Amino acid sequence: MQFFQFTEDQEMLRKSVKEFAKAEVAPKAAEWDEQDCFPIELFPTMGEMGINGIFVDEEYGGAGMGHVERAICIEEISRYSGGLGIALMTHHLGMSAIYDFGSDEQKRKYLPELCTGTKICGLAVTEPGGGSDFSGQKTTAELIDGQWVLNGRKCFITNHNADASVITAVTGVDERGRNRLSAFIVEKGTPGFSTGRKEHKLGLRGSVTGDLILNNVKIPESNIIGKSGDGSKIGMACIGEVGRAGMSAICVGILRGCLEEAVKFANERMLYGKPIAKLQAIQLEIANIRTEYEAAKLLLYYAASKKDTKQPATPDFSIAKYYSTEAAVRASKSVMNLMGGYGVINEYPAGRFLRDSLASIPSGGTSHIQQIIIASNTLSSFKA
Amino acid sequence: MALEIIVCIKPVPDPQYYDKVSIDPVTKIITRAGIPTIINPVDKNSIEAALRLKKLYGGNITVITMAPPNAVENLREALAMGADKAVLLSDRAFGGADTLATSYTLSKGIEKLGHFDVIFCGAESADGATAQVASQLGEWLNVPHLWNVFNIENQDEKTLRVKTKIENGSMEWKVKLPCLLGTSRDLNKPRFISAMGIIKAKNKPLQVWERKDLDAEDERLGLAGSPTKAGAVFTPDIKRKSEVLSGPADEIADKIIEKLRAAGVNIPVVDNACAIKGVSQ
Repeated sequence: MQFFQFTEDQEMLRKSVKEFAKAEVAPKAAEWDEQDCFPIELFPTMGEMGINGIFVDEEYGGAGMGHVERAICIEEISRYSGGLGIALMTHHLGMSAIYDFGSDEQKRKYLPELCTGTKICGLAVTEPGGGSDFSGQKTTAELIDGQWVLNGRKCFITNHNADASVITAVTGVDERGRNRLSAFIVEKGTPGFSTGRKEHKLGLRGSVTGDLILNNVKIPESNIIGKSGDGSKIGMACIGEVGRAGMSAICVGILRGCLEEAVKFANERMLYGKPIAKLQAIQLEIANIRTEYEAAKLLLYYAASKKDTKQPATPDFSIAKYYSTEAAVRASKSVMNLMGGYGVINEYPAGRFLRDSLASIPSGGTSHIQQIIIASNTLSSFKA
Repeated sequence: MALEIIVCIKPVPDPQYYDKVSIDPVTKIITRAGIPTIINPVDKNSIEAALRLKKLYGGNITVITMAPPNAVENLREALAMGADKAVLLSDRAFGGADTLATSYTLSKGIEKLGHFDVIFCGAESADGATAQVASQLGEWLNVPHLWNVFNIENQDEKTLRVKTKIENGSMEWKVKLPCLLGTSRDLNKPRFISAMGIIKAKNKPLQVWERKDLDAEDERLGLAGSPTKAGAVFTPDIKRKSEVLSGPADEIADKIIEKLRAAGVNIPVVDNACAIKGVSQ
């Protein structure tokens, strides 16, 4: 086993994204949270930095790096704003469906503008009937006169106002009567395609989440990603290895935020004539947050490096996502314990960290869903 | 006409680790060993200015520094921002240099590079903050030099229109190339390093030149070439103090102004005193 270490390039990328986050994200993060506004104006800057297309090949306008680098970018941004973190991670999620499964023509048409950040991407799977009941989707797509006609409703969709949305829909049933799903690219402004209500969320505010309505939406036959019936494979792969990776990276960022804010407060807050960092009760909280951060970070980057080396990593991302989201909840509660009354004052970010951590749990499958995936993989692979 | 542009940078201690920076009580030199460094912030404004000039006229940007070997990391960052090549002047013989020896060594490195049109330096460093190197380097190289530049208008590839900050205003200059400009933080907003830039930087040339590579006089290098000898080094006592003033509001306001003036705060005398007093009423 080799010593786990980031490369020089990865360290330089982290330094640069950290500088960006401190300069452009940190000063406005609380305002985005309070007003629940999406800082779309930062996407072109992130495009110039290569963040939007970090794992996309240079020939499609990307940076040509990988998923470890993607996690670094999301961690650094989410250190200050989980809201912008999930907007970016969802942008990547939709792009990954096109990049990993789309045709060369689709990649050339959509990816360059998504990389520059002049256009935003999203992925819409969840429906009012539930997100984890993947094959129970009700949205349909029929091929009529050389065009796909989509009908249905998607809900809890982050970036529901995206310029290009990857949407799954039922296109038939298999021999056992189960729904066969396909994935499509639907552009904003297509007649019949509209956004529904915007949700008023507990956390991860600063990203927009809401409904998508498809009412006889006609798109070219060529807008299907892969072939008819590939929708489950595409959706599960993207959510399993890009979506959960992103949610885990957001929570690793929140955990670092918890750690840095806790250390700052503990060193500055004077009680009994000395900084509270000298008190062992406070040190226990600091030790817990540090341990949560280090463990979540290792799980995330281990899974991401497996993905970059083309190894199956879905169970690893489930473990990383399950652990890091729950750890972020525990750690942000620890920061609040440590801060006393200041912890519940919104001028301090502790409350936002807790709300963002809680809001991270359902996205990409709740902790219970992750446990089921982990258990299923464990029962079949850990045999005496 | 393509321009040959040189940018001098300095690695300075990362502000995150300022609590670990100390000053050697004997040599009075800042101890930087083991402390991560960043590119001196205003030097990034220099790199940005060079990149913008190159975009207009084409050419090459060479970034140069005199520093210990680990400054390679800072030079790679400059290459990732968009510079074309980098030179590190590094040798034990350069150690302990004051601003005069530093600027001399840089001038010898630049002479070895050959022809140049514009040199950019940060106006001052975040650690030493002497603000001397830019002007000294201009003198060693015998080119016109301007300090604290906050605006550059590109008249043509042979002349620049430059504005410099002075205490209570600014000055406007027309300067012929070759020249040296000491840049201020107000000049521009440096770009963030991109992932694409990081990948490209790996294949850009980065040379290390030692004492033997420079045509320089030994007695002008390093500690031997440094006439500056620091006197006492101490930490100023900056404890807060408070004073309670009593009396009617108007009198308190007058006393506050009087005390602030006595402490050196520049509060102009206003003919219409009501304008100030009105605030306290």
